Amino acid sequence: MSSISPQQLAAVVAEALAAINGVTTGDELKQVRTQFVGDGSPISVINSTLRDVPADEKAEAGKIVGQARGEINQAFAAREASIVQAEEHTRLMAESVDVTAVASRRRVGARHPLNLLMEEMSNIFVGMGWEIAEGPELENEWFNFDALNFDEDHPARAMQDTFFVEPVDRHLVMRTHTSPVQIRSLLTRELPVYVVAPGRVYRTDELDATHTPVFHQMEGIAIDKGLTMAHLKGTLEHLARAMFGDGAKIRLRPNYFPFTEPSAELDIWHPTFRGGARWIEWGGCGMVNPNVLRAAGIDPEEYQGFAFGMGIERTLMFRNDVADMHDMVEGDVRFSQQFGMVI
Amino acid sequence: MRIPASQLREWVALPTDATPEHLHEALVSVGFEEEDVHPNEISGPIVVGEVLEFTPEPQDNGKTIRWCQVRVATSGDDAVRGIVCGAANFEVGDKVVVTLPGSVLPGPFPIAARKTYGHVSDGMIASAKELGLGEEHDGILRLSEMGLDPEVGTDAIELLGLSDFAVEINVTPDRGYAMSMRGVAREYAHATGVSFNDPAAAVTVTPGVGFKLAIQDNAPIRGAVGCTGFVTRVVRGLDRSKRTPAWMIKRLALMGIRSISLPVDISNYVMMELGQPTHTYDLNKLTGGITVRRATKGEKLTTLDEQVRVLSEEDLLITDESGPIGLAGVMGGATTEIDDASTDVLIEAATFDPVTIARTARRHKLPSEASKRFARGVDPLVSRAAAQRVVDLLVELGGGTADALGTDLVEFVPRAAIHLPADFTAKLIGVEYSAAEIETVLTDIGATTAKAKDGWTVTPPSWRPDLVDAPGLAEEVARIHGYDRIPSAIPVAPPGRGLSRSQAARRRVAQVLAGAGLTEVLAYPFVTTEHNALFGSVDGTAVPEMTLANALDPNVAQLRRSLLPGILDIAKRNVARGLTSLAIYELGSVFQPVGTTGSTSIPIGNVRPDVATLDGLYDSVPAQPWHVSAVFVGPVTTKQPGQIAVPSGLGEVLDAVQAVATAVGVDVEIRQGSHQAFHPGRCAEVFVGDVSVGFAGEVLPSVALSLDLPRVVSALDLDLDVLIAAAPDHVVATPVLVFPAATQDVSLVVDQSVPAADVRVAIVDGAGELLESAHLVDDYRGAGLDENQKSLTFALRFRAPDRTLTQQDATDAKLAGVAVAASRHNATIRE
Repeated sequence: MSSISPQQLAAVVAEALAAINGVTTGDELKQVRTQFVGDGSPISVINSTLRDVPADEKAEAGKIVGQARGEINQAFAAREASIVQAEEHTRLMAESVDVTAVASRRRVGARHPLNLLMEEMSNIFVGMGWEIAEGPELENEWFNFDALNFDEDHPARAMQDTFFVEPVDRHLVMRTHTSPVQIRSLLTRELPVYVVAPGRVYRTDELDATHTPVFHQMEGIAIDKGLTMAHLKGTLEHLARAMFGDGAKIRLRPNYFPFTEPSAELDIWHPTFRGGARWIEWGGCGMVNPNVLRAAGIDPEEYQGFAFGMGIERTLMFRNDVADMHDMVEGDVRFSQQFGMVI
Repeated sequence: MRIPASQLREWVALPTDATPEHLHEALVSVGFEEEDVHPNEISGPIVVGEVLEFTPEPQDNGKTIRWCQVRVATSGDDAVRGIVCGAANFEVGDKVVVTLPGSVLPGPFPIAARKTYGHVSDGMIASAKELGLGEEHDGILRLSEMGLDPEVGTDAIELLGLSDFAVEINVTPDRGYAMSMRGVAREYAHATGVSFNDPAAAVTVTPGVGFKLAIQDNAPIRGAVGCTGFVTRVVRGLDRSKRTPAWMIKRLALMGIRSISLPVDISNYVMMELGQPTHTYDLNKLTGGITVRRATKGEKLTTLDEQVRVLSEEDLLITDESGPIGLAGVMGGATTEIDDASTDVLIEAATFDPVTIARTARRHKLPSEASKRFARGVDPLVSRAAAQRVVDLLVELGGGTADALGTDLVEFVPRAAIHLPADFTAKLIGVEYSAAEIETVLTDIGATTAKAKDGWTVTPPSWRPDLVDAPGLAEEVARIHGYDRIPSAIPVAPPGRGLSRSQAARRRVAQVLAGAGLTEVLAYPFVTTEHNALFGSVDGTAVPEMTLANALDPNVAQLRRSLLPGILDIAKRNVARGLTSLAIYELGSVFQPVGTTGSTSIPIGNVRPDVATLDGLYDSVPAQPWHVSAVFVGPVTTKQPGQIAVPSGLGEVLDAVQAVATAVGVDVEIRQGSHQAFHPGRCAEVFVGDVSVGFAGEVLPSVALSLDLPRVVSALDLDLDVLIAAAPDHVVATPVLVFPAATQDVSLVVDQSVPAADVRVAIVDGAGELLESAHLVDDYRGAGLDENQKSLTFALRFRAPDRTLTQQDATDAKLAGVAVAASRHNATIRE
């Protein structure tokens, strides 16, 4: 029979711990495992002597050997974890990349700001329950002029600088405004009608800093019972505030359009406009002329309403400080890319 | 329309210090948009001087200058100045205008003492032109010629009224009456509440008699007789040495009108004052009386500008016994024109039909101040006053004598009365105007009102042809009381349905393409015939196209049938600017006429056309479907650390097709295609089912090069409307299967002409429901295969809804697919 000496056990543990704690690499750790933890290690040898311990000491001896083994295993596990961690860290550091110089795999795209602006304005009206109406850009003169109370000799018709299409006696023109969409809406939709018509329009102006023969407008028309010019003003005020913030104000000035009576010019004021807080001419509007309603077969005694329209290019110019119309029409990608997906 | 402040002041009380801003503000409030300000930019010291003596000094350059001593003040050290003058039209003792150092002349042209011709010139002796008093520049201005003999040292700015300015306003076409001081002064009075002094009422009319006149209109336009008023007067014995006074020249200049001669200047001045154009004939060149009639087809007239005009039957003519002597309301004829020797004149102040004059001015491209006014409507009751005013001025300024000879035809039918219900204005404007407020406005604008049962009966004044209905009157009330009084209210629209299917789909397409790295552009839809033929036709078959009649560039006059010419042109511009890695897209309409387009005639405007007519109008307009296009040029990404430049090509353009299809929500099929504008071997035709929706591929290299683009350019053009129409209303979902998948590859040898997509379809058809996906992973050609063969490797993934598949299940399914490929395409498994 033999007994297990606590001193001997302590010495084994001390030697093992010293060896484990001295390890710095995974390879050394493997060696240390064989030497101090594996079969044939001093602690295993002591453990194997337990069966020779007298029965009455067995419990106590088993306990202290177990403790010693536990101490060594724990130290080993701890060291192993720290080495793995250190080695992983070294590897990660070696994988460092200059994130400011990572190659990109794709281009970044952008929307055209004129379309973004028309969509934003449309959304404001959709939010009020209005719908978006559309019509052809190459249009019959009847929709573009006659139905809008411009008869063939109306002086305003000559002012429109119309692009005609061959043969001219077939009455097709490039629409000079989006107003023909109003007529088409009144002819085809059920009353009441509340629609906006964003789209492309054409006039025979040479391209320069402030003109382009192809441009965009947003027009709206509301025909219902009991609409007054106050509703026109309220709607435009809402549009101005939704687009420019609560600081925006609008003002109506008397003007003339064949399709509205009374007619007004719409000015907008905002403190942040380039060049300081000021009034800027934004568009035209008015109460729909009874002759326009008659052209759509609507009884002006029963229904009336208002219409308005504004240039999108012009709006972009003062809203986003675009100084030259060329930038909007040339398609230089650098222009749209300033906006990205947001106007 | 330009309004000199000094002239406006004659008819309304302007504040003494009225600024251009004040005038604009007042006129804007009643509907006249601000256009510009035209100052007579002048500031002193500018004084009256007297030439005391001068010495002519010949110069090397052949000119002779005069070294003058000029008294410019009654006393003081600087009372006499030495001034160099180049003119020779003055004598010692003449009173002249001296601009002293520190003064500024219109230009602006600042005056300083300067050394010239060996003297220090201490100021300048001014010409009429230099002072803004007209075009006269042959010599300096001698005040005696203007009938003036002021004291030396008098402020010449004050003396000659030089500090005047004009505001320029935009007069809308409904307000012809406001193309005159008379109309603008009335409007200024409306805006400010000051009283208005009618210049027409300031004239005392003595009608002329005895001049022979006939009006013969056999072809009225739209029922309107061409001439309804023709007042003539005669002035004899004009002293043609009399010149136009400086004040009139200056006002005309401020109005943008050049001084020509006294009779012409007076005619222009009266037109600006009263709005009535007048014409002055040399009485001695007239043969007999005047007949106003329509021209006969092909008749000729030589107008004042020496042009021979070939006339239309719609043109209205002034004729005498010699034939045509003027194009009514537009331009006079050469034969009866006044010249420098004319002393006896006939003045015409007529009333012409606006439509007749507008058409004639347009037909002969002769827009004049007179025709503009006639086209908008001249007050038919102002002609007598205008003729009289011309007579008075010719007598006063021209030394002539008014003659009794003349005509006095004025046929005026009062304007139709309008019923204005008492509550109409409030219901339209949204403001509760009092009855008194409404009546005051109507009276102020010159209308007569009578109480009617439930409102008023209103007769508009003679000068307001635009007032024809109750809304027009309500507008006057709202305008003159100010639009500021209108409150704000938001109307409640009925519940809307949001964007239409097509609108929402187009927005998604635009967003998805931008998200995929493309930049949106907007091209003009005008293209050349060559480009429409190349891009708009698949194989060169002629396609109909629409042509602009008045294109800005006659070479680019076609409406596009394809978006490609426009977007390729934009690509070219970007590349030229050094942006060589490019991915752009456009959504836009193309114009695809079929058969005859347009209408032979169109209905009148203010009545809803009947169903057939309306359908005809709708059908007259060619189809203009929305298309989407994209163009890729240069590398997807340029060279970067660790990465070579990745060229763009078919891959990008076909990915873009898929992106569009996904955004629309439709499945598309890519087939090998053929289009004359595309590379014959690198062109895909895109189908939805059996319907072709467009092409995608590499642009034909020769086409790309001809557009100054690199050889490899990829592009697509798809009919978005067809794609959207083909999309299902909604997606029907199938359950996601979760049992483990079995994967196998299969390599099939086929002839090189067989498209991979067809082989894939065969596998899919044969493998049955267990096949979850089939994906082409390799296309091998070369060693081990015959020359015309290729080996296509597909990665297949199988899955069952109810169990874990065995490899045998997968193999069976795969071989079933292979069998179909074998039967359809002679495919064999490559071992």
